[in-house]
Amino acid sequence: MVLLEVKDLQVRVEEREILHGLTLTVNEGEIHAIMGPNGSGKSTLSHVIAGKPGYEVTGGQILFKGDDLLEMKPEERAAKGVFLAFQYPVEIPGVTTMNFLRTALNAQRKARGETELMVPDFLKKVREVSKSLNIPQDMLKRGVNVGFSGGEKKRNEVLQMALFEPSLCILDEMDSGLDIDALRIAADGVNALHSPKRAMVVITHYQRLLNYIVPDIVHVMSKGRVVKSGGKELALELEASGYAQFEDAA
Amino acid sequence: MNVAVAKTGNGRAVSDLFASAEGRLPGSPAVIAVRREAFETYERLGLPHRRIEEWKYTDLRALVGEVLPLAAAPDAAALKRAADAVKTQAIDGARKLVLVDGAFAADLSDVKALASEISVKTLRETLATDAGLLKTPSTDAVIALNAAMATDGVVLSIADGTQLSAPIQIIHIATAASASAFTRSQIVVGKGARATIIESFVAAGANAYQVNDAVIISVGDNADVAHIRLMDDAPDAVNITSQFVTVGANVKFNVFNMTTGAAVSRLQGFFTLAGEGSELSVNGVNLLQKTEHGDTTLVVDHAVPNCVSREVFRAVLDDRAHSVFQGRIIVRPDAQKTDGKMMIRALLLSDEAEAYNKPELEIFADDVSCGHGATAGALDDSLLFYLKARGLPEKQAQALLIQAFVGEAIEQIADDGLREHVIGIAERWLERRP
Repeated sequence: MVLLEVKDLQVRVEEREILHGLTLTVNEGEIHAIMGPNGSGKSTLSHVIAGKPGYEVTGGQILFKGDDLLEMKPEERAAKGVFLAFQYPVEIPGVTTMNFLRTALNAQRKARGETELMVPDFLKKVREVSKSLNIPQDMLKRGVNVGFSGGEKKRNEVLQMALFEPSLCILDEMDSGLDIDALRIAADGVNALHSPKRAMVVITHYQRLLNYIVPDIVHVMSKGRVVKSGGKELALELEASGYAQFEDAA
Repeated sequence: MNVAVAKTGNGRAVSDLFASAEGRLPGSPAVIAVRREAFETYERLGLPHRRIEEWKYTDLRALVGEVLPLAAAPDAAALKRAADAVKTQAIDGARKLVLVDGAFAADLSDVKALASEISVKTLRETLATDAGLLKTPSTDAVIALNAAMATDGVVLSIADGTQLSAPIQIIHIATAASASAFTRSQIVVGKGARATIIESFVAAGANAYQVNDAVIISVGDNADVAHIRLMDDAPDAVNITSQFVTVGANVKFNVFNMTTGAAVSRLQGFFTLAGEGSELSVNGVNLLQKTEHGDTTLVVDHAVPNCVSREVFRAVLDDRAHSVFQGRIIVRPDAQKTDGKMMIRALLLSDEAEAYNKPELEIFADDVSCGHGATAGALDDSLLFYLKARGLPEKQAQALLIQAFVGEAIEQIADDGLREHVIGIAERWLERRP
């Protein structure tokens, strides 16, 4: 079943068009990789899907489960199942990770008309998931991402993904700033969350991440469009020959 | 010319006020003479205005205009309303001392329980023989007015070595509209004593009233004191409170002020570190909305060496609210090894809110570590977006960030129960935001 449909999307940031006619379809259960050079519009796409302010959509549409995503506020998108794992997760001093997780989860449940999760159930779930992601319990008592290493911040994103159970996860440059071990832990967490109902969109510069999270479909972006799509072998091809050929094609 | 006119206007108002109140002001003839002298000081100065440096940002002539007549002594109906207010304001386990419209209300207070541990008197009793409590080391006009007009207050003495088994809560309740309450209290904490003192200011049915309170506190060597002030007056009220604190040696004195009400409020605290090895921590949060004007003015005077002072303040300003923070740290020539720091941060939730932050250091010693910081800014959009992307609606995302913002000041309250109480006040303020 189709989960996400991006149709001919055109996006401007302060008078400059970043995406000019991007089309992308993601079905339930699929893992997509979006690759492309700096400035090709990969992060812009992820921000527009999540609803970050500052982007002007001048054309096209985004449907999520058949609904117009662009008409929804960011929190409505989250409650409906869109999750953006940030390239640079922010630090929020004074808000403990535990408080943040519970507030966010209950806000999403409330928006969906579900009852709030009871505290013991919530704690049990957080403990299980944080253990599997190698996140120490005392980290959950600290301010959100405050003093966390790059790897810990990314694991915290994966922890949220596991708790909120979104149907679409967009991972924006998850590998940036991570060493191999940190990358492996985060990627294992992501793989554990993959299911026939849940789709992943992995945005990355490098093929390296795709050794750990193996995509079904690879898209190459250049100059604000998808210029080529193919199987996972396309990523290897890119690794060997670079993006230059696609920049010409765009 | 302008000044002279304003002074005359206010002077006359005070004269009328004094003439109509004189018969009700407690004190021996000698005390009345002290009051008259204080009046004259006030009449000469008039209400503070923007050309008085200490009041530059809180021009009472413009903001308040005139001093309202003295509130009548509370009748049975007023005391009933006050009793209801006490129920909602009382902090669990605390022993209460209640002042209604500037009059001590014995029936609402836990005098008997307190008297087993400390000495409790009223200002009224004390003034029958002694005018000393009306004398304060200040030339400030509102403090002179307080000395002239104070009708009552509590006079507490905690003996050396006393470890209070429960906090003391002084509750000021206003039931009379369009009237002023003048109170003055003294708290003497003996050597090695340990005490928690809470002061609450609330309304019971009244709105446009004025409070002018003065508190004189002295803390003996080796004492450990927490002093918490919760000011939640009615939306059209005026509250001017002056605190004079003198701290001995090796004392821990921890002050917290929370402002969540009043059209115009000012807390002016004058702290003197008079004994070595003491730690003074003065913190606070002002949550202001609509056209509220909240002023915190502090002077911390390091008179002796080897003391530490810390000030952590947060102001959250919505709508067209104004906050003022003036913090002065004075380090006297002998006060070597002083460690004094203050940090004020204002969060502006609206384009029309204004924050005036004025930290000052006056350092006359050469081997000290002093610093200050002041910031004013809006909520961080990137943090707001992160929270919204995780499902929090705008208002809830803002509330979480505001709580975090004020949290650093609230964290300074050592007692878990009181800290939770203050967090609860902040949460209710946030819920009231549209």
